[in-house]
Amino acid sequence: MAKRAAPEVNAGSMADIAFLLLIFFLVTTTIETDSGINRKLPPMEESDEDVIIKQKNIFTVLLNGKDQLLVEDELMELKDLRKAAREFLDNGGDGSCNFCKGKRDPASSDNPDKAIISLANNRETTYKTYIAVQNELVAAYNELRDARAEALYGKSFAEMESNYKDVNWPGNKEKLKEKIDQIKLDYPQKLSEVQE
Amino acid sequence: MSKFKKKKGGDIPAVNTASLPDIVFMLLFFFMVATVMRQNTLMIENNLPFANQVEKLDKKDLVMYIYAGKPSANYKQYGSSARIQLNDKFADVKEIASFINAERASKREELVPFLTTALKVDSDANMGLIGDIKQELRKVNALKINYTTKKGSVFNNN
Repeated sequence: MAKRAAPEVNAGSMADIAFLLLIFFLVTTTIETDSGINRKLPPMEESDEDVIIKQKNIFTVLLNGKDQLLVEDELMELKDLRKAAREFLDNGGDGSCNFCKGKRDPASSDNPDKAIISLANNRETTYKTYIAVQNELVAAYNELRDARAEALYGKSFAEMESNYKDVNWPGNKEKLKEKIDQIKLDYPQKLSEVQE
Repeated sequence: MSKFKKKKGGDIPAVNTASLPDIVFMLLFFFMVATVMRQNTLMIENNLPFANQVEKLDKKDLVMYIYAGKPSANYKQYGSSARIQLNDKFADVKEIASFINAERASKREELVPFLTTALKVDSDANMGLIGDIKQELRKVNALKINYTTKKGSVFNNN
């Protein structure tokens, strides 16, 4: 019996089939946004003891139903908020904070550890304004932490954190964690929220 | 009698398309690998606000998604005020607790403390709804939240 050569399959339409699949995947692909502002909610427990906080250590930010911003009883534009928050946090009024670069105004916050930002919003406030304000306040903290990290370790805080998360980073992670914690201790994020 | 006669007939040879399937397959594989299938069909408008102080959510399987916003054009019958969507349907604020518990039950026990709740909320929603959601989350002790945003300047928001 003579061995017959198998007839060649016509592959001319392969490109068409591949195109069809390609277009399907092109259309169904959505680039998912998976980044955002991380926050931690306070736990539900009722504390009986009243903590007494001096008025000068609280930086009140009020957002009303018309998306207007009231900071320390004065109307403010969103673009000025970051600077105002920075000045408040970095004030160092009681002199115990030796790295603060603020004005040491005795009427403002004592030190970054005691300084609290209180954010109050109305039910009618729109989400985008709220996010914008959150973003600016977080930015104020991040800028201060960056400056502090730069002064202590010659690297920005953001860089240190991204190194810590990077699996391929060659350095010593435990030491890096200590440094990060030190900076978080110097400028703790104390942001309390109220809804009216 | 020139020896260097011009070649007759300017016939352009056909472009060889034999490698076209290879190129298309390459693209196809890229998109197949890069595609993340949507878990939920959105029934709401979901135009996320902008922010630039963002952190990445790295572990996708440890994220619970809560959507909120105005019902989109196809679901007008559900009214025009912002609503919550859990999985594939509209939900009430009270259903958040059971949703969180169901999500927790579906994960391995040692991973439960690392679960994050991602709030994907439309920029025009009002804070009343968000406040209610946050209150519910506090009740079930799901304290790690993430306001999902697009990257960009906050001044783009308005």
